[in-house]
Amino acid sequence: MAYQPVFANEVMTGGNPIIQAESLDKFYGSFQALDNINMSVHSGERVVICGPSGSGKSTLIRCFNALEHHSAGKLVVDGIEVYEGSKQIRKLRQEVGMVFQQFNLFPHLTVLENLTIGPMRVRKVPRAEAEANAHRYLERVHIPEQADKYPSQLSGGQQQRVAIARSLCMESRIMLFDEPTSALDPEMINEVLDVMVGLADTGMTMVCVTHEMGFARKVADTMIFMDGGQIIETAPPEKFFTQPESERCRAFLEQILEH
Amino acid sequence: MHQSPSTDYVIPRPPLAGRILSSAPVSILIYLLVIGFIIYTAYDGSRAMGYNWQWYRMPQYLWTITDEGFQWGEIAFGLVKTLQLSVLAFALALGLGLLVALLRLSGLLVGSAVARVFLEIVRNTPLLVLLYLFYYVLGPIFELDRYAASILCLGVYHAALISEIFRAAINSVAPGQWEGAASIGMSKAQAYRYIVLPQSVRFMLPPMTGEMVNMVKSSAIVSVIAVAELTTMGRNIISDSYMSFEVWFTIAAVYLVVTLTLSFGVSLIERHYALK
Ligand SMILES: Nc1ncnc2c1ncn2[C@@H]1O[C@H](COP(=O)(O)OP(=O)(O)OP(=O)(O)O)[C@@H](O)[C@H]1O
Ligand SMILES: [Mg+2]
Repeated sequence: MAYQPVFANEVMTGGNPIIQAESLDKFYGSFQALDNINMSVHSGERVVICGPSGSGKSTLIRCFNALEHHSAGKLVVDGIEVYEGSKQIRKLRQEVGMVFQQFNLFPHLTVLENLTIGPMRVRKVPRAEAEANAHRYLERVHIPEQADKYPSQLSGGQQQRVAIARSLCMESRIMLFDEPTSALDPEMINEVLDVMVGLADTGMTMVCVTHEMGFARKVADTMIFMDGGQIIETAPPEKFFTQPESERCRAFLEQILEH
Repeated sequence: MHQSPSTDYVIPRPPLAGRILSSAPVSILIYLLVIGFIIYTAYDGSRAMGYNWQWYRMPQYLWTITDEGFQWGEIAFGLVKTLQLSVLAFALALGLGLLVALLRLSGLLVGSAVARVFLEIVRNTPLLVLLYLFYYVLGPIFELDRYAASILCLGVYHAALISEIFRAAINSVAPGQWEGAASIGMSKAQAYRYIVLPQSVRFMLPPMTGEMVNMVKSSAIVSVIAVAELTTMGRNIISDSYMSFEVWFTIAAVYLVVTLTLSFGVSLIERHYALK
């Protein structure tokens, strides 16, 4: 993938959104986890979502690759309308990569096999090509020498970088991150964030749930604050961090920026 | 070289008595004493009832060497039949058991209902009755001979037990693995095949070994419909020779050798699948 510089104003105005959510609701039984979510993400845009625990951040981004199904409203991702039982869901997931808090690597496979199994089995890429790609992406996440180890032989930071490479190997057009650094020891957080910054520089469309505000300031085009299943505030980072409109968002930022 | 006491003191060792009792030579000695006691009791009892031991007549039923050369005896043929029966029935049980487990886990209402009915019927029918059903009822309808009826019966009976082993092992795999597989676009079938089932092997090997051993043992029941396996051979030999003690001791020993070999073999495989 070539380096493509992306200009913020082009991002904000250009073309149709790659993710478009209209009036999304999500219920777990009688509990409402998402409440009238309206948002859109454009190609190449980097969105960072934050908010207190239980505010529905994970639920929202898991809807974007159909790991959860919304109960009402309309969601279109990469031109595919997402709904429960859609035949297009597997196609959608090939376009939308996901990085989990707990990595979810496959422990019975080596790093290389973790990276090639998706392309080989799902995209039917020949082995040689899949392995060449895997080595290329391992280099991108700065661990080319770990290809033949098993995940349990790597540090948390290395495992998370393998997980990022696994999604990249699927040549996804959109990457979702659900608190990718919150299960890591502090000294490993930066090595993962560096990889994510590098990814942002390539023009990848990214939606990240994270509380790493330094990272958010550096890469985000758009900040979203959620609470109680609702989007409370959407703003570019300059405005978001200096003059948030809602009291709840201000209180939340004060609390996490103290640390 | 000097003695190096340091290494001895690094790891605290269990108390002396426990160490002696669990050491290999002592374990073997205790084992031999127990076996010796059982054999002695049997001999003593048989002497009291005036039993006439004729061990020297036993080997011919295992093998004979005559002018025509080496020949396997009846017990050896019975053993081969028992192994054939067990292997085929176990293969059937594995396939059917996996199918039933997947049906139960499918989340499909019809699928799990069918699986539940199958499990309840098989689990609540005595094996002997199940065998009679297959041989005397299904046999004439589907033209099954006694051998085919035996394989089907044993396969179906053990499928019920094996499906529970599969189900438990599949459920033991971390739920994040399904999500990891789904997130790279795998179908449910691919997630099972490449991600979940391979990881569940390590959870199912120990109980599966138990089931293999059970299969070999429960295959003895088909002697009631006169399939010529190990137990049937034992009965036949006794009706010719009247050596019930020698024959049943020998047959039991043959079963023991088979099942111990199985357990040992699987423990080697288990080591291969241990967590990496
Ligand atoms: N499978 C589920 N069944 C029932 N309730 C759920 C389920 N998953 C999430 N919830 C509830 O939905 C709400 C939102 O959960 P979600 O995981 O999206 O929050 P979050 O913002 O990601 O929080 P965190 O920062 O702790 O990860 C929570 O109150 C949670 O308890
Ligand atoms: Mg979450």
